[in-house]
Amino acid sequence: MNHLEVYLLVGAVLFVLGLFAVITRKNAIAVLMGVELILNAANINFVAFSRFSSTSLDGHIFAIFVIIMAAAEAAVALAIVLNIYNNLKTVNVDEASSLRG
Amino acid sequence: MILYAYLILLLPLLAFVVQMFFGKRLPRQGDFVSVAAVLLTLALSMAMMGMMFLLFDSGFSLEHRMPWIDIGNFQVSVGVFLDNVTIIMLMVVAVISSLVHIYSIGYMEGDPGYWRYFGYLSLFTFAMNGVVLASSFFTIFIFWELVGLSSYLLIGFWYKKDSASNAGKKAFLVNRIGDVGMLIGIMLVWSVIGSFNFQEIFQSAEAGTLRGSTLTIAGVMIFCGAIGKSAQFPLHVWLPDAMEGPTPVSALIHAATMVAAGVYMTVRIFPMLTADAQLVIAYVGGFTAMFAAIIAITQNDIKRVLAYSTVSQLGYMIMALGVGHYVAGFFHLVTHASFKALLFLGSGSVIHAMHHGLHKEGDHETDPQDMRNMGGLRHKMPVTFVTFLVATLAISGVPFTSGFVSKDAILAGSLAYALAHPSHFLLPVFGFGAAIFTAFYMFRQVFMTFYGEPALPEVHRHAEESPQVMTVPMGILAVLSIYIFYVLPSLNPFGAEGWFTMLVTKPMTVAGAHTAEVAEHFAHLLHNTHLPAMILSLVMAFTGIVLSYLFYLRKTLKADRWADAISPLYRLSFNKFYMDEIYNNGLVRPFLNVCRAIAVFDMDWYDKVIIDGFAYVTRGISRISRWIDDYVVDGFLVNGLGRIVLWAGALVRLFQTGRLQNYLLIMLFGVILIFAFVVF
Repeated sequence: MNHLEVYLLVGAVLFVLGLFAVITRKNAIAVLMGVELILNAANINFVAFSRFSSTSLDGHIFAIFVIIMAAAEAAVALAIVLNIYNNLKTVNVDEASSLRG
Repeated sequence: MILYAYLILLLPLLAFVVQMFFGKRLPRQGDFVSVAAVLLTLALSMAMMGMMFLLFDSGFSLEHRMPWIDIGNFQVSVGVFLDNVTIIMLMVVAVISSLVHIYSIGYMEGDPGYWRYFGYLSLFTFAMNGVVLASSFFTIFIFWELVGLSSYLLIGFWYKKDSASNAGKKAFLVNRIGDVGMLIGIMLVWSVIGSFNFQEIFQSAEAGTLRGSTLTIAGVMIFCGAIGKSAQFPLHVWLPDAMEGPTPVSALIHAATMVAAGVYMTVRIFPMLTADAQLVIAYVGGFTAMFAAIIAITQNDIKRVLAYSTVSQLGYMIMALGVGHYVAGFFHLVTHASFKALLFLGSGSVIHAMHHGLHKEGDHETDPQDMRNMGGLRHKMPVTFVTFLVATLAISGVPFTSGFVSKDAILAGSLAYALAHPSHFLLPVFGFGAAIFTAFYMFRQVFMTFYGEPALPEVHRHAEESPQVMTVPMGILAVLSIYIFYVLPSLNPFGAEGWFTMLVTKPMTVAGAHTAEVAEHFAHLLHNTHLPAMILSLVMAFTGIVLSYLFYLRKTLKADRWADAISPLYRLSFNKFYMDEIYNNGLVRPFLNVCRAIAVFDMDWYDKVIIDGFAYVTRGISRISRWIDDYVVDGFLVNGLGRIVLWAGALVRLFQTGRLQNYLLIMLFGVILIFAFVVF
């Protein structure tokens, strides 16, 4: 099990699942969850490449940054979703179209 | 003195400008501006006159020049030229002009164009002073035309009256004919000598650059200007019509100053006149003197008689210059100015009274200027009568008047000329003939106006003497018609020898017209003819007066019967020798017909065939051009491009759904495609 390809495969599966969720879900919360999956897929790749191809800890550090950023992003995005719900009584992303030209 | 001259020139111009821009809003409509300006020029002229007497130099002359136009070889300078003739002429203009200004305050009172009138008078005074002071043909011509312009404006002053505006146009056009001749003469002189300046031209002619027939033609051509301005035959027709203007204007412009400008100009160019040119001038003048005097006999309009009398007297002056009696010509100009202005002011006073009387009667049909409606006015208007009588005596040539001395000098000159050249005996015949007619028609006028029974008693009852502002200038002019002012320090009423003849002397001719012997011979003859000429002219004046007395006062000779007896002659004179009709039928009408024919050609041929043809072709080309524009340029290029853009936009729009998820999907496909390209 100690092969880079295994980790990359897991990361790729996670990324595709996340992307699928982002593209197909109508629910804003589900879209956000997809985004989290994509971020974490990237994190797995960072850590895997750092573990197998470098002596430094750059990949690990970067993964931690991404986690922090993801937390902040989730906070802001959830706030936006709550506000959308307050105003439109829905979390369907297709119906939040009042800014469309 | 130069400064004075420039001030005299420019003060009236200033008054004109002020009057034109602010006259209407000034108190009293600004008449005081013009009057003050002209009185200042009078004071300055008097000062110059005083200086002239202090110097008492017959050869005095002064010139001031400044460059004006300087283009390559073409150089023109402007400036003033002063000699005794100029100073005397300035004085004449200033005196008559001031008196007429003052008289006008009374005469023009209440006229709606009062301010305009005084503005024009100032413009005229400016222009006239310019003519007098001019030192070159260039400047004299400019002021010459300005004088013509102000004359036009003043003749047509009551422009709402058709006859007045027509008279103004006639005066302007007839003058133009003479001016064209003058311009040709000036250009001829310039083309040979290359200068406009009088002194330079005389010097150059003396050196022999301009001589013979060219000089004769130049002289006669320039004299054409004088024929127009001084109303000599055949261009005299405008002056009688010019009487449509206000009477003070007639006195100033059409009797004393402007019409004398022609004579003055001839005086100025006298040195360059050849013997042949002088002969032409003498005959023009002599014939005009006789011709106009004959017409004046039968006219009934008080101002028309005076107009023809002016033409006749100007003929005298011109004739005097022609026969070479330079001093007499200019002398008569000066003396004539005061008594003729006085006659006009007097007639103005009479017309004023008649107008007043007719107005009171509510009669607007009767002509206030027709002498047949007057009569017996001497008790009603004593001042007008006395001054008018003085002027009449002067113009008729009765001793102790200024007219006697000057006219006598001219007649003596013409007699001397005839003695020297017996073939030209007609000139003194013209002169003496005109003298008898002058006395006749002037006394006819006095008798018809002031003596006898009033023709319209009720109008006569209302007639009254004019206000002092009008009678005082007349009084001054009457005093100036006495001989003594012109012959001091001599007191001899029968000779012209005095300050005038001492200060104004015949200039040396540069044209070879008179050698020293000829001049001496002429002077000798002049001396001999003085007494016979005087006796003859006295006889003539006396005959004229007696005839007039018999016809119009005693009525022992019946004017009507005599008119019938010589009916063809009478009708010729009454209709002014049909000059107006001749000009109308011989010149104006054919000219109009030619114009009309050209107009028809223009309308029916030129317009219809050529102009319309061009238009038709242009329209055809335009139509093709429009088709190309509509279908090719607009339809295919402009709209085509637009349609392509529209269509492309509609296509691209399909991708722009606004859904992020669609975009992500497309991105995903894009990434897969790139990945596929990179890997395979």
